[in-house]
Amino acid sequence: MMETMTKIPLKDNSTEDVKYKLIAENISASYDGIIAVKNVSMKFRDRAVTALIGPSGCGKTTFLRCLNRMHELTKNATLTGRVLLDGEDLYSNKVDPIINRRKIGMVFQKPNPFPTMSIYDNVACGLKLNGVKDKKIIDEVVEGCLKMASLWDEVKEKLKNPGMSLSGGQQQRLCIARALAIQPEVLLMDEPASALDPIATQKIEEMIQELKKEYTIIIVTHNMQQATRVSDYTGFMYLGDLVEFGETKQIFENPRNEITAKYVQGQFG
Amino acid sequence: MMAIKMKKGSPITDKIFKYVAIGAATYVLVIIIMIVVNLTTGSAQVWQQEGISFLTGSDWNSVEGRESYGAAPYIMGTLVNAGIAMAISIPLSFGIAMFLSELAPKLLRTPLAMVIELLAAVPSVVYGLWGLLVFRTYIQNWIEVPLHNLFGDQSIIFAGTPFGLDILTASIILAIMIVPTIASISKEIMLAVPNSQREAAYMLGATKWEVFRIAVLPYSKSGLIGATILGLGRAVGETMAVTMLIGNATGAAAFPSSLFGPGQTLASIMANEFAEASQGGLHLAALVGIGLILFLMAFAINVVAHLLVAKVVKSHEGAVLA
Repeated sequence: MMETMTKIPLKDNSTEDVKYKLIAENISASYDGIIAVKNVSMKFRDRAVTALIGPSGCGKTTFLRCLNRMHELTKNATLTGRVLLDGEDLYSNKVDPIINRRKIGMVFQKPNPFPTMSIYDNVACGLKLNGVKDKKIIDEVVEGCLKMASLWDEVKEKLKNPGMSLSGGQQQRLCIARALAIQPEVLLMDEPASALDPIATQKIEEMIQELKKEYTIIIVTHNMQQATRVSDYTGFMYLGDLVEFGETKQIFENPRNEITAKYVQGQFG
Repeated sequence: MMAIKMKKGSPITDKIFKYVAIGAATYVLVIIIMIVVNLTTGSAQVWQQEGISFLTGSDWNSVEGRESYGAAPYIMGTLVNAGIAMAISIPLSFGIAMFLSELAPKLLRTPLAMVIELLAAVPSVVYGLWGLLVFRTYIQNWIEVPLHNLFGDQSIIFAGTPFGLDILTASIILAIMIVPTIASISKEIMLAVPNSQREAAYMLGATKWEVFRIAVLPYSKSGLIGATILGLGRAVGETMAVTMLIGNATGAAAFPSSLFGPGQTLASIMANEFAEASQGGLHLAALVGIGLILFLMAFAINVVAHLLVAKVVKSHEGAVLA
């Protein structure tokens, strides 16, 4: 049933070897006078998982928040650079930030379901917000997204229960379903499993493998095992700089940079 | 091994702590019981004399030998006055709170919040005097006269000579007085909504208004109801400014019908007449009886508020804890 929801790709991929869904160019960002990201450029491949790793305070979360214009909502935030989604600059004046955030979904570090809404409404609210009124379509999407977030079997009997009645791991998967419901093209995940137990973490990781068939996924994590398990590409950030970027295997097995090597070997962080 | 001497607990300080705390808590109960007992015994005479018609009647005559007391016009006056004041102040207060918590740049937020708290601290007699000497003429010339000329003959609520000392002016001043209370509490409640909630809504492509509607409002609903009820409590009990502006009709004439007619509230009739009532007389008992009604009204408002807040909290358990 997800086929009915997923858009048919308009561009022909065969003409180019590598298709980049999202390109960040020379991003510098600060908040409250702290420079968090220094001139970082990165390219994210379509239907692949890119992990951002680095010690706390290295700017990986701030960088992630620049990719869907969430950063500008932070107090005293500044930002320079460009972010191209399918070649279109998100930060150009012609582009509406609201449309952007819809195309680029986000899952936050701590599960944040809407507490007054039921499980069903949490998933449905993005659709309703964007003008979908047909109950049949909403029902279908809610079921599809909960299935993709591998939560359906656990909640199908109690969709009317409050979202807060779920466990932490279930809540996080509910938030993922909520993000998927508005059919984003890119999914940003900010340490989505850091507040969860190992079993819940494993479920999220398995789901990421499923989701990458349809979405471009960028995941911030401070768990290096997680990065090796889920990602195809990895960027290592340190003190606001992008130190090294490459295939995950290369970054972890054969890092070119000395600091990267120390970090992935667990010598600091 | 060296034996270390440690103190053997401190039973005395613990006892002192316990009794001080219990004593302080008892004070609340003692005061409330005293109020109820004094209001009841003090008004017993009027209940015996008038019975239920003290609540339903509208006569108010303190001339000896023809004494008759009915509180109905003042109960109605209080409800109408507070109702109009709430209708004006709720949208205004929530608007202020929304601006301060969701839209205002930080540079503006702090000074504006301070100004609002300053307004809340202005004594009610000052609002009353300003209303009497200045604001009344604005209301009279710009609102009442035009409305009366347009609709005065066809409608009851705009009938009567617009004089400025009436239910409308008293309600508007009352609204101005309770806006700071409701607005500053509502602002705190909205600011307490975690940003993660707002971000979740933004992520779904919500506009600022939609973020407020789906993330901030449901989360803060119970608190906002509480803020409103606090304002209502103040509106019902507010005395000085209302007494100075409401026109102070008595008896059946005080029944609120026209916005431009004089009225009377429970609080204002007490303030107006307690100096004239002689000790031990029926008049004083009637005024104490009014006090009892006002007390019960305030009590009822509080109970309803608690029930409402509890109901909202129960409907989304965990929201307040999250």
